[in-house]
Amino acid sequence: MASAFDRIADIIAETSDVPREKITPEAHVINDLGIDSLDFLDIVFAIDKEFGIKVPVEAWTQDVNAGRTPAETYFVMKNLATRIEELAAAKPAP
Amino acid sequence: MRLEYFEMIDRVIAVDDDRLVAECRVPPAAGNPVFAGHMPGFPLMPGVLLIETMAQASGFLLARRLGFSRMPLLASVKEAKLRSLVLPEATLEVEATMVHEGSGYAVTTARITSNGKRVCETELTLRALPFPSPELAQLLRDRCRALGMTVPEAA
Repeated sequence: MASAFDRIADIIAETSDVPREKITPEAHVINDLGIDSLDFLDIVFAIDKEFGIKVPVEAWTQDVNAGRTPAETYFVMKNLATRIEELAAAKPAP
Repeated sequence: MRLEYFEMIDRVIAVDDDRLVAECRVPPAAGNPVFAGHMPGFPLMPGVLLIETMAQASGFLLARRLGFSRMPLLASVKEAKLRSLVLPEATLEVEATMVHEGSGYAVTTARITSNGKRVCETELTLRALPFPSPELAQLLRDRCRALGMTVPEAA
């Protein structure tokens, strides 16, 4: 199976107008790829479905806004992929 | 329906965590400002208000699911199909079904039928935001009670 990074990058390319080749591990989803909040909702919905998880976007946003966590921890592609892998690994077995 | 007040739903017939069914009656054309403009000489229920009706059904479903702790707001409308004309005094049944509840958002499908005939359907995304004021939260609870839903008192 493709890596979490590739699966997420494919989702972003399919869901938004961002060319697949622009979606690199170092790309910041918002600052570099220009994903706005509505596109990000569509992307999160697709990730939720693809990985069978519930991406805790609200908690992440609160963490960033409160200064507890740098935005890069969640919104740089390689880190986002790591967070998604962690969530997928932690989900209960069906 | 009180179109000019955006009160699209008259009564909730059934609701659980995943589905809400409600009914509405389109008002008569005479004296209605919406039908005066849409359209002169040919009163027709605006398609955007049919979408609003589906959004409200979805919003009430999501609000109930979240214990009326968040305010649902329409974020996107996908694949909307408006299949048949809706005239004044039509009786409509609107059904909203939860597809996915995410973190701070939900996706539903919704449809409207009239006497068993398909009128429209769509997929909707709603954000679930904190209420900007306790008064608005109370208004939503009151509105849902008036529609026949069981609503807990505010915590």
